[in-house]
Amino acid sequence: MPILSIMILLPVVAALVVATLPGGDAERAGRARVVALATTLVEFAAGIWLWLNFDAASPAFQFGEQLELFAPYFGWSLGIDGIALMLIMLSVFLMPLCVLASWAAVNKRVPEYMAAFLLMESLMIGTFAARDIFLFYLFFEGGLIPMFLIIGIWGGARRIYASYKFFLYTLLGSVLMLVAMLWMVGQAGSSDIGVLARTDFPVGAQFWLFLAFFASFAVKMPMWPVHTWLPDAHVEAPTAGSVILAGVLLKLGGYGFIRFSLPMFPDASAQLIWLVFALSMVAVVYTSLVALVQHDMKKLIAYSSVAHMAFVTGGLFALNTQGIEGAMLLMLSHGLVSGALFLCVGVIYDRLHTREIGRYGGLADTMPKYALVLLFFTMASVGLPATSGFVAEFLVLLGLYQTSTWACLVLTTGIILGAGYMLWLYARVAYGKAAGDDTRAMPDLSAREIAILAPIVIATLWMGIYPKSFQTPMKPAIAAVVARLDGRELATVPTAMTLSPALPALASPAHAAESHH
Amino acid sequence: MHPILASIAIAGPETILTLGSLAALMLGSFTPQHRALTVTSLFAVAILAVAGFSLLDAPAGRSIAFDGLYVADDFSAFLKVIILAAAAASVLLALPWLGERGPDGISFGRFEYPVLLLLAALGMAMMVSANDLLSLYVGLELAALPSYVLAAFARNDARSSEAGLKYFVLGALASGMLLYGVTLVYGFAGSTQLDVIAGLVQGQAERSIGLLFGIVFLLAGLAFKVSAVPFHMWTPDVYEGAPTPVAAFFSAAPKAAALGLMARVLVVAFPGAVAADWQQIIMVIAIASMVLGAVAAVAQTNVKRLLAYSSIANIGFALVGLAPASPAGISALLFYISVYVAMTLGSFLVVLQLRRPDGSPVEAMADLAGLSKSQPRLALALAIFMFSLAGIPPLLGFWPKFAVFQAAIASGLLGLAIIGFVASVIAAFYYLRLIKIMYFDEPALALASSGSPVNGAMIAACAIFCSPIGMLAMSPLAVATARAAAALFPA
Repeated sequence: MPILSIMILLPVVAALVVATLPGGDAERAGRARVVALATTLVEFAAGIWLWLNFDAASPAFQFGEQLELFAPYFGWSLGIDGIALMLIMLSVFLMPLCVLASWAAVNKRVPEYMAAFLLMESLMIGTFAARDIFLFYLFFEGGLIPMFLIIGIWGGARRIYASYKFFLYTLLGSVLMLVAMLWMVGQAGSSDIGVLARTDFPVGAQFWLFLAFFASFAVKMPMWPVHTWLPDAHVEAPTAGSVILAGVLLKLGGYGFIRFSLPMFPDASAQLIWLVFALSMVAVVYTSLVALVQHDMKKLIAYSSVAHMAFVTGGLFALNTQGIEGAMLLMLSHGLVSGALFLCVGVIYDRLHTREIGRYGGLADTMPKYALVLLFFTMASVGLPATSGFVAEFLVLLGLYQTSTWACLVLTTGIILGAGYMLWLYARVAYGKAAGDDTRAMPDLSAREIAILAPIVIATLWMGIYPKSFQTPMKPAIAAVVARLDGRELATVPTAMTLSPALPALASPAHAAESHH
Repeated sequence: MHPILASIAIAGPETILTLGSLAALMLGSFTPQHRALTVTSLFAVAILAVAGFSLLDAPAGRSIAFDGLYVADDFSAFLKVIILAAAAASVLLALPWLGERGPDGISFGRFEYPVLLLLAALGMAMMVSANDLLSLYVGLELAALPSYVLAAFARNDARSSEAGLKYFVLGALASGMLLYGVTLVYGFAGSTQLDVIAGLVQGQAERSIGLLFGIVFLLAGLAFKVSAVPFHMWTPDVYEGAPTPVAAFFSAAPKAAALGLMARVLVVAFPGAVAADWQQIIMVIAIASMVLGAVAAVAQTNVKRLLAYSSIANIGFALVGLAPASPAGISALLFYISVYVAMTLGSFLVVLQLRRPDGSPVEAMADLAGLSKSQPRLALALAIFMFSLAGIPPLLGFWPKFAVFQAAIASGLLGLAIIGFVASVIAAFYYLRLIKIMYFDEPALALASSGSPVNGAMIAACAIFCSPIGMLAMSPLAVATARAAAALFPA
């Protein structure tokens, strides 16, 4: 059964159905919501089926499909490894929650809204499942169109500025990557990602190719200093748009690094870790400080996302098993936790229609259930043990310590700063006195809201307490990437930064892959 | 068979178009006036269709006619299909506009319109089949003269007359330059026949400056016809002033014909060592067109001017396919032309289909505000065309850009590709602006649709072709364009 094609095409069909529903406005809106929810649930079920039937011991692409529909330009070539599987799971898990979160909050042009989200889902799954580099690009870039419309039509006051910024920033990054892709495919004679990942490009060319891909992924990630589109896009996007943006779209950058940059340009990656580390270090400290002074809750969480993503790049470019595994887990964890935090902001935004932190307060008294959930996700974002954030950040720092102690040291301060802004946010929102009568009058979580947030709580705890279920499928794929990086000459700058060489080395990149099994 | 008869048989489509246009003129003159336009238009479409089907009957391979003046090969056949289809669409799409009465009660519904289009189509068919600098010139003029008349077709409208006059004066200047280039090439190479020039030029011990001048003047004249920078000045004014159906016609078929002509002249007559000279020129023209088309369009407020700059930018992208002078590049160029024609015709059709509440045509971009609410289907179609013109995957418009840049990179023109991609990001800005106006802004006017079912069907066909569904047509198109491109490169 071509399960991946079905998962990609089903939302497209559903989007067409939703957009062409008959009836009056109210009827169409109601039907659109039901169709969208049903479709996303079917997708989630299909995702679980994928996971259950996935052979976690194999590093190969599974559920492969190959159709020469678009020769000679590219092929409809699909397949997933453990990394792609986990990210697809994240997407299909968050999608029904996004539909539910928009159930009552979106009243304007509901069928179009749901259609845009369904298209988004299809493009995200396609991005992770593509095994042809141009098919990947098609899905990767195609996501811009629905997201542009979601921000521009259903966003807040400065939505138009934000939608333009989002679109043009990411497009500019991507076209440079496309030039590099065209060159690579010309050299390697195949557009298959697996073949390209085994091709040894000349070291001199790798440098430029790496930078071209870096331009795209750094914008998507987003890394400092090209992160400025993210706070704008987040603040103006509707709640569900923010969830998808933070939950899945930000993962495209990290996915790109691990799928393309690391295995295809291993020498350049090893030589340019100083660049990535420097940007990550600046990002963690700078955006954490910026997050501290935000008055807008969504902006605060957006800046915290940039800081968390800097952890991801730091972990990926540690170039060892622990670092990459930690980065992958952090992407999953961040997808859940920041998605949930945006949902939490959405809950009170729906009631008071403001995201000003100063307009809230005392919610622990008036909305105890809400305060509990918010506390849980605040802690998960900070990285409290037993939540997913802890496992992920710990692994990242462990891996990073071996490659560059300095980078590890600076990134660790990010955890402290993160605790600072998150706890302060919580204190201002949940403790103290209510800012006004309207704040005091807000009702607690409804059954629908609990139904949205509870699954994320469970998933976060699961990943924090028993991360093995998420790590196991990814291990072979990550081992393959590490094997590609094995023995490459690292840039000398960061390795010389090691504070105390006498510390017991955990494992060199060369042995990390084996010793970890 | 007598050589002339054999030649006439080879030039089948042109023969049909010649006789058909004369017959259409008679038909229009002797039909009662209230039916003349409809009857002539349908007859013209039928003639174009017959000419198209006659291509199926053509012998495979390369056939030379009229002592080397005319060539029929896969390259000309491919472009003729596009030209004839675009011309037929241009006849049909004008019918609602021709049938309407302007504010002063004057109708422009004269039967000469389809006849002029037939004659222009004949000229364009000649252009892509020209194997000699003289037949090239004759084809070009035969295509240009009816175009001048068409631009001024709204004869009571000062802007239309101005457009016609401007087009004529500048067009005559460009023809002059072209002709000057032809004489120089003839003088310094020794022949006007393309394949003979190629042999003579390659035989020369050193490259002559005179020949180079000839190529430059030849290119200047051709660049005017495709409206490439720096010979683009007339385009925005003519598109804005000419009636919208005429502007739609200008943006499609003549561009295809002129690009095809340009490719044939350069690749066939000036191959090998001489190619480096014109490749540089093409690269500069391509970069200038892409960048200027993108930057200048940002400030436009009129939809037709916007589409004019968009066509300048698109010509720049298409020329990127010509720059490598490789079969892959020409194949990409043909792919670009076929998709571009659908995108631009579709965009003009939507503009043509829209009516302000008082029945007047839409021209200002601000008029389109909130179109997604008043006319959701037309807005969706225009959004597809805009995203496609911007080259955003998965819409079809991305792939021609992809193909031309792939060809450029394969030939080592990496810088050209990078500049082109950056220009496409700038261009995306103004395409997005139109989408923003349609989807994000509050409605300003309750726009109506002219309700023409024929135009509606053509919009739908173009929109489906430009949508991701159109990607299914890529494989067969690639086979056809590769065959057509191979015809220019003797094995």
